[in-house]
Amino acid sequence: MSRILSSSCLALAVFGLAAQPVLAETQEQIRASIESSARSAPGFQGLSATRGGQFFKSTHGNDWSCASCHTDNPAAVGKHAKTGKPIQPLAPSANAERFTDPAKVNKWFKRNCNDVLGRVCTPQEQGDVLAYLLTIRK
Amino acid sequence: MSNRYRNFSILFSAVLLAMGVAASAVQADDDRDEGRGDGYGRKYGGENRGKPVQPARLNAKWQQECSSCHIAYAPGLLPAESWRKVMAGLDKHFGTDASLTAQESKEITDWLVSNASNRWSAPTSPLKITDGAWFKRKHDGHEISPSVWKKPQVKSPANCGACHTQAESGDFSERNIRMPR
Repeated sequence: MSRILSSSCLALAVFGLAAQPVLAETQEQIRASIESSARSAPGFQGLSATRGGQFFKSTHGNDWSCASCHTDNPAAVGKHAKTGKPIQPLAPSANAERFTDPAKVNKWFKRNCNDVLGRVCTPQEQGDVLAYLLTIRK
Repeated sequence: MSNRYRNFSILFSAVLLAMGVAASAVQADDDRDEGRGDGYGRKYGGENRGKPVQPARLNAKWQQECSSCHIAYAPGLLPAESWRKVMAGLDKHFGTDASLTAQESKEITDWLVSNASNRWSAPTSPLKITDGAWFKRKHDGHEISPSVWKKPQVKSPANCGACHTQAESGDFSERNIRMPR
């Protein structure tokens, strides 16, 4: 009896795992994946938090920078530049959910790079920004 | 028919009649703009928001995606064709890129279209909720002083929640309006 019970528990556990949605990744996994895309481009210089911080605060010749909405302190609550709606902190130290869902990371890099730079960001740029955000302490 | 029974039925009819009168009084108030200068002879020229504005069944994807940057506007605020156009142009959504994957976009569009305004009879389909005749009439200079629009808490007419405290749940009733001071 107990054997049947334990094997059905095992089956349930396995089924439960299989039924999970896409497994969340760690911030380090996402950083590593962006870094590996960046490495395949010519002239890869490694990821730089300093360069990422400059990129984050620059308006790139247009109206907005990343900081326009996320503020100069990515550990703080930001504010949408058009609607004023609060934006939860971007720095993983202040918001553990950030950079754990690859689809969400891609979605927002695509949208926000388009809004700030008028183009997609290169893996190098994305990686620099993430390296910068990972250095921010609360 | 016994006397008692007849009395009851008279009373019942009177109650029904009173209910009817009360209901049409509410209706009349709601319809006071019937036939205002337009070619359609319908309320707000046929550019009227749906009722109820928030459907009983919400869509989780819509709620998540459409409330990232602003409140998730109730689908009944615009006609189906407006939602099709809004959803087809998300890469240039009022000055920002709000693009979705094709799969997300289809699910949300289908839900918006099937819950769009059921009282929008004009052949118009504005992209902005604030461009409809219903919105304009309800927010004109008689209803709201121009100074209210200039307050920093309001920022834009798209910011329903600045005054409509329950806007997020699709409740725009007058008792839940608090004008910022």
